Amino acid sequence: MVDILFYVFAAVAIGSAFGVVLARTPVGSLLFMVSTLASVAATYVLLEAHFLAAIQIIVYAGAIMVLFLFVIMLLNLGHEYRRDLKAPLAMIPAFAVVGAMAGFIARVFRATDVGAGMMTEAGRGIDAALLEHGAVGAIAQPLFTDYIVHFEVTGILLLVAIVGALALAKRSV
Amino acid sequence: MTIFSTLLTSVVQEGHGGGGGDFVPFLPGLVVLLPLLGFVINGFLALRHARRSADAVRAGGELDLGGPGERPATHTLPSLVGPGVMLLAFLVTLVNFVRMLGSELHEPMVVHYWTWIDTGAFHVSAALQLDQLSMVMMMVVTGVGFLIHVFSVGYMKDDPGYPRYFAYLNLFVFFMLVLVMGSSYPLMFVGWEGVGLCSYLLIGYWFSDREKADAGKKAFIVNRIGDFGFLVAMFFLFVTFGTLDFVPVFHDAPDALVYGGGLATAISLFFLLGATGKSAQIPLYVWLPDAMAGPTPVSALIHAATMVTAGVYMVARSSTLFALSPVGSATVAGIGVLTALFAATIALKQNDIKKVLAYSTVSQLGYMFLGVGVGAYAAGVFHLMTHAFFKALLFLGSGAVIHSMHHALHHTHNHADPQDMRNMGGLRKYMPITWTVMWLATLAIAGIWPFAGFFSKDEIIWQTAAFGGAEHAPFPGLYTAYWVIALAAAMLTAFYMTRLMVMTFHGSNRTGSAEEKHLHEAPAVMWVPLAVLAVLSTFGGWINVPEAIRESFLGGFGVLPMTEWLHHWLEPVTATAHHIQETNLGELSHYAPFGGGEVAWAVISTVMALVIVVAASRVLVRGEVKPAAEDAEPTGFGKVLYNKWYVDELYDRTVVQPLLRLSRFCWKWIDAFLIDGAVNAAGLVARGMGWAGSLFQTGNLNTYAFFFSLAALVILGVVVF
Amino acid sequence: MITEALILSAILFVVGTFGVLVRRNAIIMFLCIELQLNAVNLAFVALSRLVGIDGQVFVFFVMTVAAAEAAVGLAIIISIFRHYESVDVNNFNLLKW
Repeated sequence: MVDILFYVFAAVAIGSAFGVVLARTPVGSLLFMVSTLASVAATYVLLEAHFLAAIQIIVYAGAIMVLFLFVIMLLNLGHEYRRDLKAPLAMIPAFAVVGAMAGFIARVFRATDVGAGMMTEAGRGIDAALLEHGAVGAIAQPLFTDYIVHFEVTGILLLVAIVGALALAKRSV
Repeated sequence: MTIFSTLLTSVVQEGHGGGGGDFVPFLPGLVVLLPLLGFVINGFLALRHARRSADAVRAGGELDLGGPGERPATHTLPSLVGPGVMLLAFLVTLVNFVRMLGSELHEPMVVHYWTWIDTGAFHVSAALQLDQLSMVMMMVVTGVGFLIHVFSVGYMKDDPGYPRYFAYLNLFVFFMLVLVMGSSYPLMFVGWEGVGLCSYLLIGYWFSDREKADAGKKAFIVNRIGDFGFLVAMFFLFVTFGTLDFVPVFHDAPDALVYGGGLATAISLFFLLGATGKSAQIPLYVWLPDAMAGPTPVSALIHAATMVTAGVYMVARSSTLFALSPVGSATVAGIGVLTALFAATIALKQNDIKKVLAYSTVSQLGYMFLGVGVGAYAAGVFHLMTHAFFKALLFLGSGAVIHSMHHALHHTHNHADPQDMRNMGGLRKYMPITWTVMWLATLAIAGIWPFAGFFSKDEIIWQTAAFGGAEHAPFPGLYTAYWVIALAAAMLTAFYMTRLMVMTFHGSNRTGSAEEKHLHEAPAVMWVPLAVLAVLSTFGGWINVPEAIRESFLGGFGVLPMTEWLHHWLEPVTATAHHIQETNLGELSHYAPFGGGEVAWAVISTVMALVIVVAASRVLVRGEVKPAAEDAEPTGFGKVLYNKWYVDELYDRTVVQPLLRLSRFCWKWIDAFLIDGAVNAAGLVARGMGWAGSLFQTGNLNTYAFFFSLAALVILGVVVF
Repeated sequence: MITEALILSAILFVVGTFGVLVRRNAIIMFLCIELQLNAVNLAFVALSRLVGIDGQVFVFFVMTVAAAEAAVGLAIIISIFRHYESVDVNNFNLLKW
């Protein structure tokens, strides 16, 4: 049951990903992107990362994608129906790079049996934490203890990004 | 005055208090420092003077030096400082000399000041060495130097560069004293190079004249060749002994070097190359006649009395090394005697009064080399000393003549050469004092008894014969030839010096009727030094008369106050060399190659010289000399001699021109083509690579992303494989 | 299922890369970069089953950085658009010298 669900969501994710790349309009790409994000969020749930799945939906699909949408609307790009892909000849190096990348990754998977052992000690630990603290608590535990400095720094980064975005996007500086 | 009396008391007390005790040097550093102080003061004055002149010229005028005949105000201080420091230095030297006389000094006294170079195994101290040899040199340098400084006050009176002149002259004396007092070869080399520098500066003193500036350059460049030899010899010495201080080197030399070995020969030959450059010997003598472009007192001080004798001093100082190499010594003597003859032949046909004296100097330096080459180091130094007296006198006398001629010609705006003897003649009438002292010097240099040159030159010629006839003499035939050549050159000396005197002072005046009236005797500031030098030239030879001559009628049968003092005085310095010589050569001969003893040959040579002087003066006075403007070019062999055997032309063809061509080749092809080409090619390659690289920089984001991915791919590839 | 999730992550990443390389619309290139980030996130989550909860914490950070990046990046795109009246990267090629 779980496997079938995974494959369904994986198929949706891959299809939507191609949609993102190939969609004619920016808005189309964006909507495909939302679909991809949702499918990936579903795989998160299947991988027992409930909190991240929620965040994915709320922050990514909800906030960031809406921001993109705003920008597209603001710049009035919705009427551009000409496909902006590069010329077929210029795509050959892109295909070559991507093909080589895929080949390398496939080689890595074949050479190592990553993920062959289904449930490891770590996985069981996560499950225990989920039972004990709940989905939020399980990730909050390390986040606010081991990674507290990183967390604070990330907060500063966000602040800087806000200021930067404001400064850049202001009409007159 | 109190200072002086205190000083005098201290001299007497120290000098005689010990009664043959230890030598206590009296402020030897002061001897060196005083001329340096003079240089600093005069140099400062010269700079100030130059700045004022430049300001005056910029303002459109010329610096006012006061009326004609008046001594300019800028000249007062240099006139006091220049000779003043020399007098003080001479007095300090005298104090030391008296103290050394009163003490028994067998080992050189080294006064250490500070460590100059201290790197790894190489140590050089700034230290002065006081021994009998350096003391003689110090006396000559400061004494004759002082007289020439005084003479310069009169001679250079009207020169606008007066303070600069005295600055250079003081600096020269400083370096010369470093040369003779330094306690190691590097320190000697410092003085050696320093006097070369001052020589260059003073030859080109009137540097606005292209020819004179070129003469300075020639002296400097020719000397470089000699310096190369000096340096290589020092390298050999350091490799062999591990030190370059005189005392340890000469102490170890007899053990470390094999008699007649290759190393000793190489060292002595390289030192000889250095000496030929500085002392104007074949093949590097060509710079000295050109060096006459400098002011005449400079020629007297640097190019006759002191600097050019540095080579002789160096050989005498290194006597131990040269004694160890019979080949080196024979080469020294051979070069010396050949130079003596060769330069004397050139002097026969020169018309420039200073050129005659220049070739005469080269010739006399050849005698000194002959002396030190045959192991008669004391005789070589003796001739150095007497030559300093009479040649300085001759040069200063010729300076007085030129001074007078210059004034006479200047009055009528005549552009004839004031140095050309064909324009002189009959000057005896106008310059009686100069005439007298110059005849004394001529008799001295011609080797006529009882003047100084007779004793010193005859000693050298005799020692050549004695050395050649020694029991185990290395090349007896060669030394006999040396002896004959030396005698012949002595005869030539007598002839060309008589010719100089006759052309200058006797016969009828050829200066011109208008100019004649303005000829005059030199002022007192110039003739007093001449008189002092004349006394020295006359009696200076009496301090080194061998016993045999002293007891004969040449020495008044022992009545005249003559001694063999100098020979004994220098014994501590040359003792090692003489010991080596005695061990290897055995007893020196008491007879000349063709029979006859010391006294006999002394009589023969002085009689021959006298006959030549008298005969030549008789014949030449009668001969008609035309003024330079009307005189015909010499022909035949005379032309060859007049043109100095075409040696300058030969050097030009064989050395200078090929060198120029090589330089041109290096410039045009190696530098401009190969090196510049390579550099430009490197630049072009870099530019081409930059252009190729710029092709990747399209400004397009996709392209950058592509290369970014490619790089990521490479990293991934490295991780995977 | 972890292996399958990793394979899915690889496919998404490659598709994202391809998008970055071939699209000329700056906003879509941006979206493709987000896609790559997501692919990496997925890999983190999958591997956290093997390594521990740390992987999930990292995903949290990546999301934060992505948010900041989106804010700044979009601001840049807006100011570029104001200048060139276009978001086609072929139109602004001043990224040289």
